Amino acid sequence: MKPDSSEIRWVDESPLNMGERSYLPLFWDGLTTTFRHLIGPKLTVQFPEERHQFPDPLIYRGVHRLNRDEQGRVKCVACFLCATACPAHCIDIVAGPSPWPDREKYPVVFNIDMLRCIFCGMCEEACPVDAIELTSLYDLSGKSREEMIFDKEKLLSIYDQTKDQEPPGWLRGKREIEDLIELPQDDQDLTQDK
Amino acid sequence: MGIVIVDGKEVEIGAHERLNGIQVAARAGIEIPHYCWHPGLSVVASCRMCLVEVGTRDPKTGQIVMLPKLMPACNTQAKDGTVFVTNSEKVARARAMVEEDLLLRHPIDCPICDKAGECRLQDYHFKFGQSERRAEIRPFTSRKRDIGDVFLFVDRCIMCTRCVRFTREITGTSELLVVNRGAHEEIDVLPELPLNNKLSGNVVDLCPVGALADKDFLYKQRVWYLRRHPSVCVLCATGCAIWVEENQDRVYRIKPRENPFVNRWWICNDGRYSYPVIHHPNRLRGAWQRQNGNVSSINWAGAIGQMVDKVQQARQPALCLSPFLTNEEAYLACRWIKQLHPQSTTALGPIPRQGEDERFPGGFVISGEKCPNRLGVEGVAYWFEQPPLRFNDLLARTAEGHFDVIVVLGGYIKPWIDAEQADALRRATALIVADVFPTPLSDRADLIFGMAFFAEREGSYVNRQHRLQWSARAIRPPFGSRCLGSVFWELGGMSGLYQPREVLAEIARTIPYFSAASGEIPECGVDLRVNQLAEQTVSTGQ
Repeated sequence: MKPDSSEIRWVDESPLNMGERSYLPLFWDGLTTTFRHLIGPKLTVQFPEERHQFPDPLIYRGVHRLNRDEQGRVKCVACFLCATACPAHCIDIVAGPSPWPDREKYPVVFNIDMLRCIFCGMCEEACPVDAIELTSLYDLSGKSREEMIFDKEKLLSIYDQTKDQEPPGWLRGKREIEDLIELPQDDQDLTQDK
Repeated sequence: MGIVIVDGKEVEIGAHERLNGIQVAARAGIEIPHYCWHPGLSVVASCRMCLVEVGTRDPKTGQIVMLPKLMPACNTQAKDGTVFVTNSEKVARARAMVEEDLLLRHPIDCPICDKAGECRLQDYHFKFGQSERRAEIRPFTSRKRDIGDVFLFVDRCIMCTRCVRFTREITGTSELLVVNRGAHEEIDVLPELPLNNKLSGNVVDLCPVGALADKDFLYKQRVWYLRRHPSVCVLCATGCAIWVEENQDRVYRIKPRENPFVNRWWICNDGRYSYPVIHHPNRLRGAWQRQNGNVSSINWAGAIGQMVDKVQQARQPALCLSPFLTNEEAYLACRWIKQLHPQSTTALGPIPRQGEDERFPGGFVISGEKCPNRLGVEGVAYWFEQPPLRFNDLLARTAEGHFDVIVVLGGYIKPWIDAEQADALRRATALIVADVFPTPLSDRADLIFGMAFFAEREGSYVNRQHRLQWSARAIRPPFGSRCLGSVFWELGGMSGLYQPREVLAEIARTIPYFSAASGEIPECGVDLRVNQLAEQTVSTGQ
C-alpha cells in the first residue's frame, strides 16, 4: 500500500485545550497513583529477609527433586523419558540393573545441570512413575559450574527436605481419590497397594 | 509371470518366484503386520497378526471368489490370480483382537524395557490396536531369567517362537524350546544346556518384543538415541554387512544389516561384540617421533613432512599394506609412494588366520581368515607391483639390508607382529608405522601415526567372495588420530576433503579387477567377478 493510497485515512491529533495545556490534570492523575501506592497495601517482598509465599507451592516450577519410594529407595526407574523430553538436554542418566530383587532398572547416575535447565517442567510431565518433580525452591546458587550439577544424592536430599510441605504426586493423587470417591470395601486394596 | 492383486493393486511376480502374501504386499508398498514370520526362518503362522482376506480370480471369467475365513498371509502362497485384501474392516478387527489378546498377558514395563522404541508390539498396537483396554488387569513387571548368552524376560514373550526356530534351523544347536501348554507357554532352555553358540546374539534381533535382551547392551542406552550407519564387519573375511549404532561418537551396539549375498540377516557374536575395541584406552592417539631413543609427540603436519623427506631421500623404500586397510587407503598410499619414488616396492602385511572356516546349517560362514580386505588390498598391490612382496620376503630382504626406508600401514585388531619380526624390520634406517594399537613394531619405529579404525573411516572392502561393499563413517576418530585416506589424499595433491567415493571411481577406472565397482555401489555390494564372468562367457561363446 502506497502512502498516497485512497484507502488510507490520515488522522491528526486534536489540539490541546486550555486545561490540558496547563498540565495540571495530568499532575493530579500521576500524584493520585503515587499516593495510592504510598498508603495502600505493600506488594514488594524484601528478599532475602522476607520470602515470597506461593498461593499453591505444588504448581510452582523450582528446583527438581527425586522422590523416594515407600522403602526409601530412589523411585526413578531410569527410563530416560525425562531426558528425552528435556528441551535443554540438562538431564544426564546412567542406568543399570538394580540391586534390589523387586526392581529391574535404576539410575546409577542421575545428574541435572541446573545452569542449563530452563525449569519448563517437561521432565515432570514425562515421568511415568512420578519420580522427578519440581519443588517450590527457587533460590539456588553456587560458586562453580560443577556445584550447579545436582547429582542423585542431592536431588534425593531435596526430596527429604520438601516432602512434608509438598507431598509427592502419587500420594496427592491417592488422597484426592480417597477424598472424592467413597470406594466400596472390596476394591479399596486396589488403590492402596498401587 | 503372474498377476497378484493386493488391495486392488496389481503386482507382477516372476514365474519361479515363491512369495507369500507378506512379500507380495511389500512389493505393492503395503505393510502386513507380522510377528512370527521371518524371511530366513520356516513358517509357523502362529501369531495370527498377518490374517488377511484371500481369494482367487478366475482366469477365464475374471470373477473373484473370496474365502469365507481370514487366512495368514505368511502361509499363503501368492500365485497367478491370488487376491489379498488387507484394508477391510474384517482384517482391522482381527488385528485389533490379536493385539488385545497379546496385551492381556504382557507386562506394562515399557519404560524399563530395552526394546521400547523398536518394539513390534508397541508399533503395531499404535497402528492397529484399539485405544481402550477392556480387561481389568493390574500392571505388573516381567520375570527375568538368565538363559546363557542373553537374558529372557519371560512375561514379555508373545510366543512367536522365532528364537526357537533360529536355534533349530540356522545354528543347528536347538538350545531353546517351548515348555508348557496354552496360556502357560514359555520359552526356556534345558537345565545345564544354556543358550551358548556363536550366533546367539541374533535371537535378540529376531525377538519382535523385549523378551530376549542383550546382556551387553542391557540398560546402556534407549534405542531412540542411537543413530545407525551402514558398515562392514572387519573381524573376518566374510565381511558381514552391519549397522553401527552410535550416540555422540560412542558406539553402543552393532546390528546385522540384511545382505542376501553375504550374511543374509545374521552376524556372529564376535562381530557383534567387537565394538569395544574402537574405544579401547590403549589406542594410539596422535603422532610421535623417536630421536635417540626418546619418543616425543609431534604434530601431524610435521610428522607427514618427515615421512615424505625420508621416503624421498631413500635408496630403496618399501610400503607394507595390511589387509585391514580400505581399498581407497591402499590405492592412495601405493600411488603416493610410486610417484614419490618410482623404485619403491609394495609388500603385503601378514594375513591373520585362526582355525578353519566355521559353517552353520543355515549357511552362515565365519571365515578363518581374520581380516576384512585381503583380496582388495592384493588387487590394488598387484596393479602397482607384479607380484607384491610377501611379508616373509619383506622381512628377509630387510634383514639383508635391501630396504632402507619402510612404511608400514597396519590397522590390525589383534597383536600381529612379534619382537623378532619387528627387529628384522628395524634393520632399515627409517621405520615409519601407522597403526591402531601399540605393537612391538611401533615400539621400534621412528615415526608413529595413530590411525582411524573401522567405524571411523569411510571406504570399501572386498570380502572372500570378491564382493565389494561400502562402509560408511559412523563416528569421528578419537582426538589425535587421523584417517590414513585423508593423509594420502592430501599427499596426492588433491584438494578439499577426502572423498573416498571419487577414489573408488578412479580405482574402478584404472584397475581391471575393480572395474565392476564403477558407478553407485548398491547396499548389498558389487560382485567384482561379474565383468570377468561376462568376458569368459563371451570368449567361450566365440
